[in-house]
Amino acid sequence: MTLALQTFSSVKDANAALLAAGARYIGGGTLVVRAANEGDISVSSLVRVTDPGLSRIAVSGGKVRLGASVTMAAIARQPELATLAPAARAVGGPAIRNMATVGGNLFAPAPYGDFAVALLALDATVVTGDSEMPIETFLAGRDTSRAVVTAVGFSLPRAESFRFLKVSRVKPKGVSVLSIAALLQRAADGTVTAARIALGCMADRPIRARSAEKALLGCKLTPQEIAPALAAASQGIAPITDPIASAWYRAEVLPVHLGRLLSN
Amino acid sequence: MAKVPVQFTLNGSEKAEFIESGTTLLHALRDKIGDTSPKGGCHQGTCGACSVIIDGELRLSCLTLAETCSGADIKTTAGLAEGGVLHPLQRAFLDAFATQCGFCTPGMIMAAKVLLDRTPNPSREDVVEALSGNICRCTGYEPIVQAVLTAARANSQNAA
Ligand SMILES: Cc1cc2nc3c(=O)[nH]c(=O)nc-3n(C[C@H](O)[C@H](O)[C@H](O)COP(=O)(O)OP(=O)(O)OC[C@H]3O[C@@H](n4cnc5c(N)ncnc54)[C@H](O)[C@@H]3O)c2cc1C
Ligand code: FES
Ligand code: FES
Repeated sequence: MTLALQTFSSVKDANAALLAAGARYIGGGTLVVRAANEGDISVSSLVRVTDPGLSRIAVSGGKVRLGASVTMAAIARQPELATLAPAARAVGGPAIRNMATVGGNLFAPAPYGDFAVALLALDATVVTGDSEMPIETFLAGRDTSRAVVTAVGFSLPRAESFRFLKVSRVKPKGVSVLSIAALLQRAADGTVTAARIALGCMADRPIRARSAEKALLGCKLTPQEIAPALAAASQGIAPITDPIASAWYRAEVLPVHLGRLLSN
Repeated sequence: MAKVPVQFTLNGSEKAEFIESGTTLLHALRDKIGDTSPKGGCHQGTCGACSVIIDGELRLSCLTLAETCSGADIKTTAGLAEGGVLHPLQRAFLDAFATQCGFCTPGMIMAAKVLLDRTPNPSREDVVEALSGNICRCTGYEPIVQAVLTAARANSQNAA
């Protein structure tokens, strides 16, 4: 099976080409070329866009816009994005990070998608051509989405309000047992006033831990006060089973790691 | 299948080839151009044996389409020795017994080279992190980490 690469300078032309049967967009190619190497014959042509705007990082007035072709390595080395560096560095090894894009991570099935977990906690906006939508809506419909994602936008969190954790068996690089991102607003006395928690590997794509978010409101981050949130974290999850861990194991360790993330 | 032209610099010399669209860089380098230093281990991005340096960055040639490299500057382990004299990393790998079957070695050396180009005096942790995408089934890694640290010391002594 051969694969044809089509290169376009504009997103508009690429979107038109993606309507053809067997056409698939290629970002960094770490998943899509791998699938082709493994014999996936559902893809007959790959479509890429060379518009340099897709590789741009813009940070101003507390707002961040990451072009869809921005790589994990580019995020990790951007001083203004230091808060997000742990999530970008969580993806693969050095060579993968030089290739893996933000756009591709939004589509990566579990156990992948560690950066998308961070974006979900940040309530990012996903931009496709002329339309924008909340990342939650995007993730829910991604299987049928055909348009090129051009960028993601979000408000840069303050360092103390954003937490990210990836658990893997192989150190320093390894596929996720799970990943968790949390955005927490707290009052001066440490009480949680708003919480958004996103989980990786707890479904086929990143999901929110809504019950845990609710249970955290009004709590201080002490072991006693977060206990109800940890107990609630398992509500609505359907973890994946793969060679790294079983669904049972992932569900068992989720409260443990969420507890560590919240109380450190 | 239509052939497409690709042209890039490989270890300092210009290369131009006609390849089938969708060909990986690994395939183009090994089977078209004849540089067999990048190895095809897994073709899945997992083993790092196919690592090459493209425009100064470590990449996996098994997941890179050759067409996307037009105009790029590509470096492989085959281009490291100069005038028959091994590169300090190659020397250190031999001296430290960091290569046994040798299959992972070119990828390890590429990963180590980008590290030393940017961080001439790396810590042990830096080395482990830099090699974290490369798998070795023979050495147990320790001799490889030692070889990279030794090459770094040799470099800084030469520079001093
Ligand atoms: C060895 C290895 C280790 C990995 N480790 C991790 C890890 O630890 N964590 C992790 O999260 N991921 C990991 N991955 C998965 C993958 O590398 C990342 O998820 C990466 O971000 C995917 O991006 P890409 O640009 O390479 O995607 P591609 O392979 O280019 O694309 C993936 C999918 O997304 C679609 N797509 C890509 N960009 C767009 C866009 N802009 N618009 C519309 N559709 C698009 C493609 O059509 C394709 O279906 C790993 C992969 C490998 C091979
Ligand atoms: S052959 Fe490319 S990573 Fe294994
Ligand atoms: S020396 Fe054999 S795989 Fe590393």
